[in-house]
Amino acid sequence: MSTPITTTAPGELQEPGWWKRNRIALAPWLFLLPGLALFTLYVIAPIFQSIWISFFDWDGLGEKTWVGLGNYVELMDDERFYTSLKNNIIWLVLYMLAVPLGLAIALFLNQTVPGMRLYKSLFFFPFVISQVVVGLIFTWFYNPDFGIVGVIWEFFGATPPAILADEDLVTYGIIFAGLWPQVAYCMILYLTGLNNVSPDQIEAGRLDNARGWKMLWYIIIPQLRPATFIAVVVTVIGALRSFDLIAIMTGGGPYGSSNVLAYYMYETALSEYGFRMGYGSAIATVLFLIMLVYISYFLWRMYQDEKN
Amino acid sequence: MFPRPIEHASPAVRTGYQVFLPIALLVWLLPLLAIFMTSIRPAADINVGNVFGWPSSFQLLENYTAVFTQSKALTYLWNSVKITVPTAILAVGLSCLGGYALSSYRFKWAVPLFFVFVAGNFVPFQILMVPVRDFSVQTGLYDTITGLVLFHAAFQTGFCTLFMRNFMRALPYELIESARIEGVSEFKIFWHVVLPLVRPAIAALSVLIFTFIWNDYFWATVLINGDDLLPITAGVRSLNGQFVSQWQLVSAASLLAAMPPVVMFFAMQKHFIAGLTLGASKG
Repeated sequence: MSTPITTTAPGELQEPGWWKRNRIALAPWLFLLPGLALFTLYVIAPIFQSIWISFFDWDGLGEKTWVGLGNYVELMDDERFYTSLKNNIIWLVLYMLAVPLGLAIALFLNQTVPGMRLYKSLFFFPFVISQVVVGLIFTWFYNPDFGIVGVIWEFFGATPPAILADEDLVTYGIIFAGLWPQVAYCMILYLTGLNNVSPDQIEAGRLDNARGWKMLWYIIIPQLRPATFIAVVVTVIGALRSFDLIAIMTGGGPYGSSNVLAYYMYETALSEYGFRMGYGSAIATVLFLIMLVYISYFLWRMYQDEKN
Repeated sequence: MFPRPIEHASPAVRTGYQVFLPIALLVWLLPLLAIFMTSIRPAADINVGNVFGWPSSFQLLENYTAVFTQSKALTYLWNSVKITVPTAILAVGLSCLGGYALSSYRFKWAVPLFFVFVAGNFVPFQILMVPVRDFSVQTGLYDTITGLVLFHAAFQTGFCTLFMRNFMRALPYELIESARIEGVSEFKIFWHVVLPLVRPAIAALSVLIFTFIWNDYFWATVLINGDDLLPITAGVRSLNGQFVSQWQLVSAASLLAAMPPVVMFFAMQKHFIAGLTLGASKG
């Protein structure tokens, strides 16, 4: 619609002015420049730098030594890497429970009794709270001596398990804590979605004798697709980004059994194992490649929407 | 409406629902209630194992005052403000400009650049960690609030631009077009025509970014070294070490850390939810 005027005789250069003629073409770049520059500097470029660093041995200060694929070869034999990868998969799978659970709570709360607005916001609460605080609360809950787990188990006369010290339970314990805010997030997405479900279709469904589960499955859920899409995306990203809870609750322990790639990378590059920036970057690259699958899918879906 | 409105149900079901609702809420918020109750207990209660029962006395003021007098909580809270507010202003400002460029001009880079912002927004933090930390060390931005703000603002620009661009796309394009025909300069169109129309989006993004950044823990540990510049999230963690087994103080500090986003959420609820759902409602 607004294509810049490109055909100008040399003599006209003075009158309309260079800026006037090109402003439609140049203006977007001027508007974009500050944001794009900062974003390139801090987000886009570092992705490639990290991949590049992953081919070196580097302590963050001295000279980098080229090791080619050395870091990746080392990863293949790294027990801790496999544990982290396995835990990431457990996180991905179990975190998905947040989607149906969020939907369930949203359905439960989608009523108009007095005070409902307040109930909805209070149910949303856990999402607003920092994961550091969530982590501290649950660490304390899981404490077998004076946490709620201890109280419940003793009520039934059983010896409470030390969830966060047990190699087999620890990851599940952390995921359970993580689900609390994530379910709240999915719930709010579905509550908004339910608001927009067309009443006509529900009526039509009722006339066709669809009720309960059938109504939910054939009429409601299809209309909630945009909400489901976002819920799945944010849950996958949340699962793969899990860091805070692990840092607060266990620090990856006991013996690395609750580690995930995000935390293992941090640990390798910045803490107890010395500053192995190259090796850490290799772990980060693997995590990035996993995430890239989802990012590509998301972009592809957005591209389909853009075309329409 | 689905499920069927409860008003049409039998009286028994209706009462059941009304009774069950507060119980469900209580169970859902049990973790929060528990730390609140702990934060007003005397230390003696915890030592004798009275953690979930009724407090033997109420020490709300004493405990919360103790957090401030016995730790750097006030410094941490103030640091969080100094990190969060500039980040929100910068990220929202930059994304207004960027979103306008991507939504209101037809140039061939508009969609690819938009996708760059979207994709960057989803990358794992760890792929950025080493270079960003290295860059900060090289430029002297390491262990400064400015350094943290610049990174946060840059990263959040991705999400904000995604949001802003979609919001601006829904504006009537004829408005911009007619202003152009009138000969209004590009920047004036942005400033006087577009900005007033996107105020709801600015509000939504500001509260959202405030919450995201307030709750950040990872970048604070990566880009801040000492104890003096830590935000409250990282501060609470170090308090946890300092107040070993003084659970009443740890709980009070945790609640203090959690409070600002909660207040923000309650004050700006509508905007907050509009931001989070990313326009899921419109789809």
